[in-house]
This record gives sequence, structure tokens and C-alpha cells, in this order.
Amino acid sequence: MTRQPDSRSLKLRAALVSLFLVFATPAWGWGISNPFASYEPVVVVSDPYIELRTGPGRGYPIFYVAGQGDEVTLLKTRTDWFKVRTPREKEGWVHRDELRHTLDLDGNEIDFGALGLADFSDRRWEMGFNGGDFGGASSLTGYIGYALTPNITFQLEGTQILGEFSDGVMGSANILMYPFPEWRLSPYFTIGTGIITTKPHTTIVQAEDREDEIAHAGVGANLYLSDRFMLRMEYKRHTVLTSRDDNEEIDQWKAGFSVFF
Amino acid sequence: MESRFQRIFLVLLVAMTAYPAWAAQPDELELEPLVVREPERREVDVDELDSEDFEIGAFGGVMNIEDFGSDTVTGIRAAYHVTEDFFVEGIYGQTTMGQTSFELLSGGAPLLTDEERELTYYNVSVGWNIFPGEAFVGGRWAFKGSLYVVAGAGSTEFGGDDIFTINAGVGYRFIATDWLAFHVDVRDHFFESDLLGTMENKHNIEFSGGLTIFF
Repeated sequence: MTRQPDSRSLKLRAALVSLFLVFATPAWGWGISNPFASYEPVVVVSDPYIELRTGPGRGYPIFYVAGQGDEVTLLKTRTDWFKVRTPREKEGWVHRDELRHTLDLDGNEIDFGALGLADFSDRRWEMGFNGGDFGGASSLTGYIGYALTPNITFQLEGTQILGEFSDGVMGSANILMYPFPEWRLSPYFTIGTGIITTKPHTTIVQAEDREDEIAHAGVGANLYLSDRFMLRMEYKRHTVLTSRDDNEEIDQWKAGFSVFF
Repeated sequence: MESRFQRIFLVLLVAMTAYPAWAAQPDELELEPLVVREPERREVDVDELDSEDFEIGAFGGVMNIEDFGSDTVTGIRAAYHVTEDFFVEGIYGQTTMGQTSFELLSGGAPLLTDEERELTYYNVSVGWNIFPGEAFVGGRWAFKGSLYVVAGAGSTEFGGDDIFTINAGVGYRFIATDWLAFHVDVRDHFFESDLLGTMENKHNIEFSGGLTIFF
């Protein structure tokens, strides 16, 4: 026996469908683009030929060449490689450098520019990972930063501290000031504040977990390597605002790498 | 009289041609009602192309914990391919520590609680696709792939404590399609621990296979 949907659920379904139609139809009508439709522009080869490889890397063999005047479709990218489809339905990977002289259908040049120092100076988002020494213990830090201007970056940091007798975590918010953002080796000053929690190791007896506020100031520098990569070195002096009589001062040195977007 | 009319007429004619604006005016009026159509924009914006530089996936295998035997390990991994040569990779994994030979032979009290035997680790590493290329299996099959080496740092929760850990290893990535890849990895997780009384170096070898998706 099959269950017949009662009239109430039918009405509900009809109402949902009409609601969907009311909202969806004008949206398509107004030309809101479908986010799942991929952008696949057609370009014209103007070099004598371009080489198609089976994979996105110089280690993969060339299996086809597209000639001058061929209209090839750009499908997607991976690192510096572009997947293209030729008029004869061959699909392969072409390096950015080989497409540099490719034209659009109107004969205009296309900007196939690789990332460079200018993109490093104008970066918005960055994230990185670094390790180092935190008052004699090892430290691992992950961070995410957003550039409010080329000179000022806001940054959130999470640090894990791994010592011989205890381990802990530290979370902090920082402001970084870059006096020379256009330099390849770009120094900065930083100040910030956060919270540190410390947990003694299980082999240590009679000690308890602690949570303290922390404030810090430091200097560092970013070194732009290439593409989206940069190296970072930093020194920070932390003041742990303990509940005891004395505040604790801790030096931290660290180095690591970051990528920016 | 006739020549005077002729002269006036000629002057007017010269004046007319000297002011082409007058002559052109009727044409302009005719053009006005035409609809102005913008040519279709066919500029190519390379940044709008679908970029597939991220790789995410899971793996499983066997991990040996020094003094504590071997057990299955499972984990997740994510990578960002910065160039065709270098990538940055983050891994989170977990396994269970077995019993030491001492615990088994003496039959005494266990050294660790069940909770302390849960080993978890994370690390962030830089990888280098050292030998990219096609690998041939028999005469019919060619797989795209790359041998890579990785090294990085992270933390291991070992016997209830978090310990700074260095990892290094070698892996091979088989690229099945543009978006799917298989991995085989061998890695050493190296740290120092005083869990068994004295501070000593611990090398923990992991062998795993996994699957990743590019997006």
C-alpha cells in the first residue's frame, strides 16, 4: 500500500515551489551568474607554436603542439600551468611563459603576468607557520594576517609552547607596522596582547595549570622569495602579567615561512 | 548686373564650403536616432580562471611508536601548491600506543592510562617535488606523478604531554585525474621524551597510503 500525501503536505509543497519560483526566477532574469558555470575564455596563439604537456609540470612529456592562429580555450590553472583545449579537442597543460604572447579574440594582449614583488607589497591576506625558541622551550606558531594598508597589518596568532617540564598555548592579537613595505626584505615592528596557559608535564608532581595575560613588543622582517612565498624572522619580548608579585619576562625567537593571497 | 549676381553666388558658395559644419549638419541629424551598441567585451581575465592549487585528503597506515609497538594510524592532510616544485602541507594524525616489552614481560601495572595511550600529532611541512614525471606500468599504462621529500615541525601528544616534533620523509604522488591523486608516504617523527625515566631520542616511523582531491 502506498501512502498518499495528504492535502496539507501538498499545499506546503506547492507553497515552497512557488516561493522558490518567486525568488529564483527574477534572479536569473536579472542576469545573476551561475556560480557553478566555469569561466573558459578563448585565446589565439600568436607565437609560432605552444607545447601541450600531459601534466602541470616540466617533468611531464609534450604530446601535442598548437600552432599560430589556433583558438585555444583556457580551462583552469595549477601553479604556473594552464590547462587548455585546442580546436582539435586535445587537452593539455601549457606553461604561463608560453602563453605570454597569446592574444584575445579582438587581437589585444592578455596579462599573463606572474606574481612579483609588487604583489608582495600589495598583499591583503597572509598566513604562515613558524617555529623557534620561547624562553628555552620550543614554540610553534600559526598566524593569519590582514593588511589594512600596505603599512599596517592586523594579525591573529596561536602558539604552542613545548618545554621540558611543561607545555602551553598562547593566543594573541597583534598590530604590525611596516615602514618600507616595498622592500624585498621588509622590516617591521609589532605590539600585541593575549592570553597564555601553561600545563606542567605529567612527570612533574605538585604543579597546577596557570592562565595569565601577556603583552609583547617585537621586531622582525619578511623576505620575499617568489610567487606567494615569503620567509619571516621575528624577535619578541613577552611580559607575562602573573598573579604573583613579579611579572615574568620571556624572550622569543622564531623563523618560518608564509604564503600570501 | 549678371556678373554681380554671379559674384554674390560665388561668395555664398565659398562661404558654404568654408563652413563644412553647415554642410555636415543634415547628415548628423540623420545619424541621431541610431541605437548605440557597445561591442561585446571579449577581454580575458586570467585571474578569473578556476585555479586548483589546493589538495585535501585522508590517509591510513601503520605507525611504529618507539618502545610501544606498532598500530594503525589515520589522519587528514591539506596542501597548498605554491609552485610546481614546492608545496606547503599540514597533517593531523592519530594512533594508539601499545604496551612496552617491560609491561608485557613483567605483567605488572601498566605505565600509561588508556587516555594517555591515544597519540595524536600535527605538523606543518614544506615539500619538494624532487622527481616529477610519468611512471610506466607495463606497456599500456603511464601514470603522472612525482616523488617528493618533505620536512617540517609540529607537536605530538605522547603519553599525555605535548612534545615538539620534527618530521621528515619521502612520498610518491600518483595523479589519477586532474583532481584525484593517490599517495604513498614513509615518514619519521622524531622527538625527545623522558617518559621512560631518562631523556632519550625517539624515532617513530610511519608508513601510509592516502587519497587526495585537488580544488
